[in-house]
Amino acid sequence: MSPPAIEIDRVSKRFRIYREKPTSLKARLLTARSRAEDLWALRDVSFDVAEGSTLGLIGHNGSGKTTLLKCVAGILRPSSGTVTQRGRLAALLELGAGFHPELTGRENVYLNASFLGLSRRETDAAYEAIVDFAELEDFMDNQVKFYSSGMLVRLGFAVAVHVDPEVLLIDEVLAVGDEAYQAKCIERIRTFQREGRTIVLVTHALDTVREICDRAVMLHHGRLHALGPPDDVVREMRYVLLGQIDERFVPEEGTREAEIAEVRIVRANGRSEGPVLRDDPLEIVVDVRANERVDDLDADFEILDGATNHPVLDARASRAGVGIEPFEGRKRVRFRIERFPYNPGKYWVTIGLSSRRTGHLYHVQTQRYLFEVIDVPRVQERVAVPVTIEVEDA
Amino acid sequence: MTATAGTVERTSEPPHLRVGRRLRVLLGSREILLNLVRKELKVKYTASVLGAIWSLLNPLVYLGVFTFVTHVLGTGIPDFPVYLLSGLLAWNLFSAALTSGARSVLDNANLVKKVAFPHEILPLAAVGVALVDFVLQSAVLFLYVLAFHGLHWPELALWPLAFATLLVLTVALSLWFSAVNVRYRDVGHLLNIGLLVWFWVTPIVYASHQAQRLAEGGTGEWFGVPRFALYLLNPVTPIVEGFHRALYGVVRPAEQAAPVLFDVSLPWLAGVLALTLVASLVLLRFAWGVFFNRSADFAEEL
Repeated sequence: MSPPAIEIDRVSKRFRIYREKPTSLKARLLTARSRAEDLWALRDVSFDVAEGSTLGLIGHNGSGKTTLLKCVAGILRPSSGTVTQRGRLAALLELGAGFHPELTGRENVYLNASFLGLSRRETDAAYEAIVDFAELEDFMDNQVKFYSSGMLVRLGFAVAVHVDPEVLLIDEVLAVGDEAYQAKCIERIRTFQREGRTIVLVTHALDTVREICDRAVMLHHGRLHALGPPDDVVREMRYVLLGQIDERFVPEEGTREAEIAEVRIVRANGRSEGPVLRDDPLEIVVDVRANERVDDLDADFEILDGATNHPVLDARASRAGVGIEPFEGRKRVRFRIERFPYNPGKYWVTIGLSSRRTGHLYHVQTQRYLFEVIDVPRVQERVAVPVTIEVEDA
Repeated sequence: MTATAGTVERTSEPPHLRVGRRLRVLLGSREILLNLVRKELKVKYTASVLGAIWSLLNPLVYLGVFTFVTHVLGTGIPDFPVYLLSGLLAWNLFSAALTSGARSVLDNANLVKKVAFPHEILPLAAVGVALVDFVLQSAVLFLYVLAFHGLHWPELALWPLAFATLLVLTVALSLWFSAVNVRYRDVGHLLNIGLLVWFWVTPIVYASHQAQRLAEGGTGEWFGVPRFALYLLNPVTPIVEGFHRALYGVVRPAEQAAPVLFDVSLPWLAGVLALTLVASLVLLRFAWGVFFNRSADFAEEL
């Protein structure tokens, strides 16, 4: 087993924020002590990135993602801790960084490639492929000051992915560019993954993280908040977000006389993963474990539209007249949804176990489970639609 | 964007310069340096029809104008254009590289904050750009001297020595000023005023012999130290005089040039230049150490 491509060991980064930074000798001489405040952008962050893996780095604005990436790239020096990095590294911290507006696209490719460690001859060899990937054949002799931001992004990304890096750091640069180009970039990242390269991706696009990353790390106020499979970390991120909107939000609560042991969302094809077709039936299977005798268990679910956070569907056993006998040990509750007619998109599922009589909460998992609804494209049939035609003098 | 190879460990320790290792890193990044110099030249001459010819026109006009002026008005210095240019070109390299070198890290803040690369490249590129001008203009001067006076050994052997000393001193000061300028922006302004004074302290437009005579006049001493030695403490003076001797000495061989140049022997001047070179190398090591140590925090301070 090869050593990790990146080891981050108890890394902290402190920035000194000066109310008024003494940038002149006079100011330096007059104010003996400068009024500085410490801002810890990173606090004791440790994790490894295995060679050949793809890590998604998420967190809110100001959570320290970019600072961490800059420490790995060697642009910033950690205030304490160690970053060990193995292999040729290419970092795309901002597209167009290292581009000079007065130079042509061609000259900028060479300038940029040299920052990434390519010799002139190596750049010559990769040049055609770079231009081809950027889809900018007709603009290479124009100064880049005439480029649109999308064109700059394409050129920057094209150069970065052609320098043959073993470790690629990407900071929120895929968000620019049209959808077709984004898809192309993702495809390119997948090729990198197949080739066994290590990738660290900073992004706000949580779907991208779930789609292409092996693991994810969430930073929160400079600290490592969550680390693990992308789905779990993305969910954690959502919890923090929900907690910010609603202070009373708790992802999980209850006294646990009865517990939610497992939840599966079973699609029409019998599988519990993959997209749900609109209008298809859906089954939510909840395995309950009663740790002591529970006399009056009630189970319910609620589905929220991920786009608007509005509840769209819910059901409760007691309301439907389904009583659960007193029991100890395991029981399984199936909520059969005959068809799910809502718009394509993401839906979050909350599961609750409570007391039928008192309403006391045994176990609630709020917006813990996720499924995605897609629409099958279908040919539009001709239907009779009345059309009236009027003619008037104008 | 960034590129590094091998295993790199980054800690909170401020980096300490290891000259050999760092030189290898810089050598590996020479492509960036070349590209940055190319970029600067390109930007400088962009949208100009004549391009680099402008740079050549400068000394040509000097030669023409001063030939004319000395013919009409006369100055104390015979063949004044050659005397002036041989020193002025060296000074131009020095002051242009220092002025833009001091600004180089600040001006490329965006690069420093977004891309990891050896930051020395920035002041080095500033020196490189000035060097290109110097080489082009020196070629004009050489051709002029060759055409009208012919070259002359052994004085000409001073040229490489003076040139090496000039280059080392320029690189050293550019590194130091660019690093310090990041924290204290005053340094840039101070440098501009300093260069103005420095220019007139150095024998460029007046005969160096004049300065020597003034220094050696009276007791010729200040607190027991010969004033002429103090005058030579300005490292640019022996450099400029080296260029004078190499090119102007050709035009006016030593015996005739006595009233214009320093009244010193060739080995003596070469010795002073060699001492200046050694001092400049020591300064370079020091300035590079300061630069390297500070460069780890450039991205933060900008």
